Amino acid sequence: MRGLLAVFRKELADHLGSRRFLILFALILLAGMSSVYVAAQSIRDQISDSQNAFLLLFTTASGPLPSFITFISFLGPLVGLALAFDSINGEWNRGTLSRLLAQPIYRDAVVNGKFLAALTTIAIMLTSIFVIIGALGIWRLALIPTGEELLRVLVFLFICILYVGFWLALATTFSVLLRQTATAALAGIAAWIFFTFFVGMIADSIANLFVALNTVIDPTAALQAEQLRLMLARISPNTLFQEATLAVLAPKIRTLGPILLNDVIGALPNPLSLSQSLLLIWPQVVGLLALMALCFAVAYIKFMRQEIRAL
Amino acid sequence: MTEAILAQANVAQTHSQTATHSEAATQDVVATRDLVKRYGSFTAVGGLNLKLRQGEIFGLLGPNGAGKTTTILMLMGLTEPTSGSVRVLGFDPVRQPIEVKRVVGYLPEHVAMYDDLSARENLMYTADLNGLRYTEAKQRIASALERVGLAKVADKKVGTFSHGMRQRLGIADVLIKKPRLVILDEPTLGLDPEAVNQLLDLIVAMSQEEQLTVLLSSHQLPQVQRICSRVGIFVKGKMIAEGTIQQLAQQLAGGVRTLQVRASPNGSTEASDAALVNVLKNVPGVLDVVRDGEAWSVRATSDVRPDLARAITNHGWSLYHLSERDFGLEEIYLKYFQNG
Repeated sequence: MRGLLAVFRKELADHLGSRRFLILFALILLAGMSSVYVAAQSIRDQISDSQNAFLLLFTTASGPLPSFITFISFLGPLVGLALAFDSINGEWNRGTLSRLLAQPIYRDAVVNGKFLAALTTIAIMLTSIFVIIGALGIWRLALIPTGEELLRVLVFLFICILYVGFWLALATTFSVLLRQTATAALAGIAAWIFFTFFVGMIADSIANLFVALNTVIDPTAALQAEQLRLMLARISPNTLFQEATLAVLAPKIRTLGPILLNDVIGALPNPLSLSQSLLLIWPQVVGLLALMALCFAVAYIKFMRQEIRAL
Repeated sequence: MTEAILAQANVAQTHSQTATHSEAATQDVVATRDLVKRYGSFTAVGGLNLKLRQGEIFGLLGPNGAGKTTTILMLMGLTEPTSGSVRVLGFDPVRQPIEVKRVVGYLPEHVAMYDDLSARENLMYTADLNGLRYTEAKQRIASALERVGLAKVADKKVGTFSHGMRQRLGIADVLIKKPRLVILDEPTLGLDPEAVNQLLDLIVAMSQEEQLTVLLSSHQLPQVQRICSRVGIFVKGKMIAEGTIQQLAQQLAGGVRTLQVRASPNGSTEASDAALVNVLKNVPGVLDVVRDGEAWSVRATSDVRPDLARAITNHGWSLYHLSERDFGLEEIYLKYFQNG
């Protein structure tokens, strides 16, 4: 515990004082400001029929400017990658790893402390930006959140941290497996490109294979194809993140997949309560948590087995 | 038979009575038994039996790739041995690595500090990792920096330090935790002669004042010769020689002493040279006489210098130089390489 706390303190201090953190913070802050601006412009049109106006701060998109959720789903991975891509191999290259491990600490304190410090940095960053956005909304746009809206924003914050945490774990894995920091960064970016762009395309193509090539569209087959496409797309944490956050921040959303018209006949178009929304998204949240845990486990095991030679 | 057993029992009892002090004094700081480390089919360390006693400075000599660094890693618990046992201050580095690292300080060959932190901050991190409280840590850092002569630059970033300053900071880093065994891997590499002297003096002072045991792994033979009480020569994973430098020299010389004589028979002609050689050979104990540049190298079974001197002066010749040639560490090292 003592070793873990020592590493955690030092890494947190390093992160919070580094230029890297400032750049990333500025980036996300800019995204936040843009979404406040978008909300300011278009909220008048949407406010009349929406009961959860505060949440619109995070979900409105207008014209060329995407919503805050889209920004986070795009930039979050980069933040996670940037903070952790050189966590272990940076120490290797500077030669400080053998000095660290010559101290009376458990070896896993190093990788755990670094990961926790980066996760805490992200939590601090996201929380402060959320508070800034909320404050601007309250002050400038008079959007006062209700209790439930606040809870939804908290859940959203938690999901964001989980999402960026996955990318953090992935970057830590690369930093353990790859000796060069530049290669680890490139591997992270390659993973990001794959998950952002290619998984959707691959899911689409595979699903299309199952739709009959005949001109008559069989509804069962179409439904199955759509479900398959969704399942494949959910391999990507981006999809999981977007589904989860959309359902949390837009209480009107009731399903995350194709439904038949029969299912919705007779349903009242009321927004869901928080507990119902959470029920809807718990698989996605668990999926994100599992992905993060899996990546970190790989990093942990590899690190514990590496032989550290001071050359 | 029984008397011997009783005598031994008596001795054992006396020993156990003064248990704490003598145990601490006689317990080996490092004890390895048949230590082996293999990487696949390559044997890095093959059957090492090493014992270090408290307060001594032990030099680990050997070429690159001989297995010195691997041995050091096994002592620290950073690598698991393939077979054999190793105990550091009674602890097993594989099973109790934290206890070992608490009392062993390690200065690797390329000492690395965080360049963007100051010297004090680097040492503070080490103190934090060792579990020292803030006030205690501040005290120890201040005294360690004073000891190595870096007190004035304590708050400058390590990135601005010269190589010598970094090495000294590394030593300060090791001293923070007040270790009982210090392992130094090539500490004087790349330092100017002045800095080398300061460092060596510091090591000797540390060893004497704080009863530290020092394990020094190095190529720099004159330096090792200067400060080490015992040395071990490592070649291809095996320690082929071990002991004090005198012991090693005697082993190598095989009981034969070499003396150097420079004498001038009046008028250095071939005939008079031959006469000198004859005279020297006739001194009892002399094995042979060989020309060695300007002088003569006399090999004898004992120290026959007085006899040689008398023989030369009795014949009326001038004696300019008479000494015993000691095997220096360099010669021992090279001879072992020719043999091994």
